[in-house]
Amino acid sequence: MIFGIPIQAFLGQLLVGLINGSFYALLSLGLAIIFGLLRVINFAHGAQYMLGAFAGYLLLAHLGIGYWPALILAPLIVGVTGIIIERLALSRLYDIDPLYGLLFTFGLALVLEGVFRYYFGVSGNPYPVPPLLAGGTNLGFMFLPIYRGWVVVASLVICIGVWLAIEKTKFGSYLRAATENPSLVQAFGVNVPLLLTLTYGLGAALAGLAGILAAPVYQVSPLMGSNLIIVVFAVVVVGGMGSILGAIVTGYMLGLAEGLTKVFYPEASNIVIFVIMAIVLLVRPAGLFGKDA
Amino acid sequence: MRLSYLLSAACLAATAIPVHAAEISDGKVKIGILNDQSGVYADFGGKWSFEAAKMAVEDFGGTVQGAPIEVISADHQNKPDIASNIARQWYDTEQVDSIMELTTSSVALAVQGISAEKKKIDIVTGAASSDLTGKACSPYGFHWAYDTHALAVGTGGALVKQGGDSWFFLTADYAFGYSLEEQTSNFVKSQGGTVVGAVRHPLATTDYSSFLLQAQSSGAKVVGFANAGLDTANSIKQAAEFGLVAGGQRLAALLFTLAEVHGLGLEAAQGLTLTEGFYWDRDDQSREWAKKFMERTGRMPNMIQAGTYSAVTQYLKAIDKAGTDETEAVAKNLHEMPVEDVFARGGKVGANGRMIYDMYLMEVKKPSESTQPWDYYKVLATIPGDEAYIKPAESGCPLVAK
Repeated sequence: MIFGIPIQAFLGQLLVGLINGSFYALLSLGLAIIFGLLRVINFAHGAQYMLGAFAGYLLLAHLGIGYWPALILAPLIVGVTGIIIERLALSRLYDIDPLYGLLFTFGLALVLEGVFRYYFGVSGNPYPVPPLLAGGTNLGFMFLPIYRGWVVVASLVICIGVWLAIEKTKFGSYLRAATENPSLVQAFGVNVPLLLTLTYGLGAALAGLAGILAAPVYQVSPLMGSNLIIVVFAVVVVGGMGSILGAIVTGYMLGLAEGLTKVFYPEASNIVIFVIMAIVLLVRPAGLFGKDA
Repeated sequence: MRLSYLLSAACLAATAIPVHAAEISDGKVKIGILNDQSGVYADFGGKWSFEAAKMAVEDFGGTVQGAPIEVISADHQNKPDIASNIARQWYDTEQVDSIMELTTSSVALAVQGISAEKKKIDIVTGAASSDLTGKACSPYGFHWAYDTHALAVGTGGALVKQGGDSWFFLTADYAFGYSLEEQTSNFVKSQGGTVVGAVRHPLATTDYSSFLLQAQSSGAKVVGFANAGLDTANSIKQAAEFGLVAGGQRLAALLFTLAEVHGLGLEAAQGLTLTEGFYWDRDDQSREWAKKFMERTGRMPNMIQAGTYSAVTQYLKAIDKAGTDETEAVAKNLHEMPVEDVFARGGKVGANGRMIYDMYLMEVKKPSESTQPWDYYKVLATIPGDEAYIKPAESGCPLVAK
């Protein structure tokens, strides 16, 4: 027994928290990358996540393209739309107050959601679990749906992969350098505007990937992004704005914290993350992994 | 030349005003449809209810007692404060005669209060709380379509009869969820069943796995979902994923309509037991009407949308019979007239404003049993209105003499 609940139930809740943490980590990772380099608070992130899920759903419903190809195609589609948005609109806002970038992406999110709501309604559409990952396995302390296990593994691999790519590769070093001092990096002959475009595309693609991963678990609904995005922002703030490692670690941690709250005091499960955020901001204003400005 | 032009126009206008219109305030009847058109309940009623109201007006002929009928709508975003502002504006400055639909109990309770204060008629089709015709009843307030009591008796009763005598609730953390859980619990207990536990989740939660694990380890035979809309759809989808059904537990969606079944898909929804007051495939009359609805909206109506059609129609009939849209006279007719239309058969309105009519216990079909689009339900039983709804005298409504 731990805190009055059986150890088995406790382990089950930890695992469930980890699964939710995977989605938080994946989404906050993209958000942190975009903020780190572009200094844009990408409010369209939730809409891009929703777009990824809908891309998967539409590919299946209209073209008969299943889950595995969609796992590549959906992020590509969302990434490309991200690149178009960055080129056409966002890139024109870098020189003015960052507030405009926030407002633009917020408006974009509202428009995207509205359009999907108009065509698909809010009840959403079902997306089946791929046959290979259907069913579940009894771990002794809980029944684990295989698909949920897959989400944890996939998200860990992606998070670590992206982190390594940014910390260890040449492209990653350009990214980090441009974050520190864009004009100096440009002077060395690096095409910084292109770097910015690709980064936004990458961030959007990560949101799209999280969306297609989430499609078999949640209803594919126009509201799915806005339900999640505020939590993800809190994750990024707690982790330290723009800190990539911070976003990943905090994502998993807050998922666990939320999971435990659902056992001990479920009514508070939607605010516990914000309580933690408030405490962290009081004690460490730059976030757990952020550098003090 | 110009003068004669004006004169003749004036004469024409004068002759165009029919005699009776003097009895209709402001020369027209204006109905406001106020509901959630963008949030979690936008498919539950939404703009489709507005469309149903417009159909009712067209089928009525577009005029009543010679006065034109107008329907307007607004989105209250599930917020009682926004809804109250709109209601006051409609009544005070836009000559709205009655407000209908009112999805979400908190909103319906607020607007019914304002309507009573302004002496205007409101007919609720989209909200569930039985308090609307209980302690919060109004002489001008009516409740159509369904309420928490009918859902508890229908779905709760059916499952207890089938041996589901121990329950665990997953409840939305607000007034509606509590009242649905409480009434279902009471009913289950009165039938000899037990309630082994309950967990409250915030509105618009996306992940239910934690709550479902608690339901699973409780060992209850039935897991009752006292939530609505997208929340219920996500709960059910994830319950299947975590093997609740495979493990022998039954799921009871206490408030689930055709719109949510459509969203969830038969694969995930099959076998669910639920209670609705209307099914499009009930008889020729309902099929014919639903076909027209389908042509306009691309979807089949649920009980909220069909109920809104019925409420608007009955309101217009009441005005027609009274010969005026004056509130007292119309309310008197609404209380007295039987409800006989495509939605309700043999319906009657109690002194507390509750429209009492037969409800249906449905089971969602397996994908293999469904032969055409929107062919989703098997009707298991008809629940007589007098069983489904609280008797007016026992409702706790202060207006009813005991």
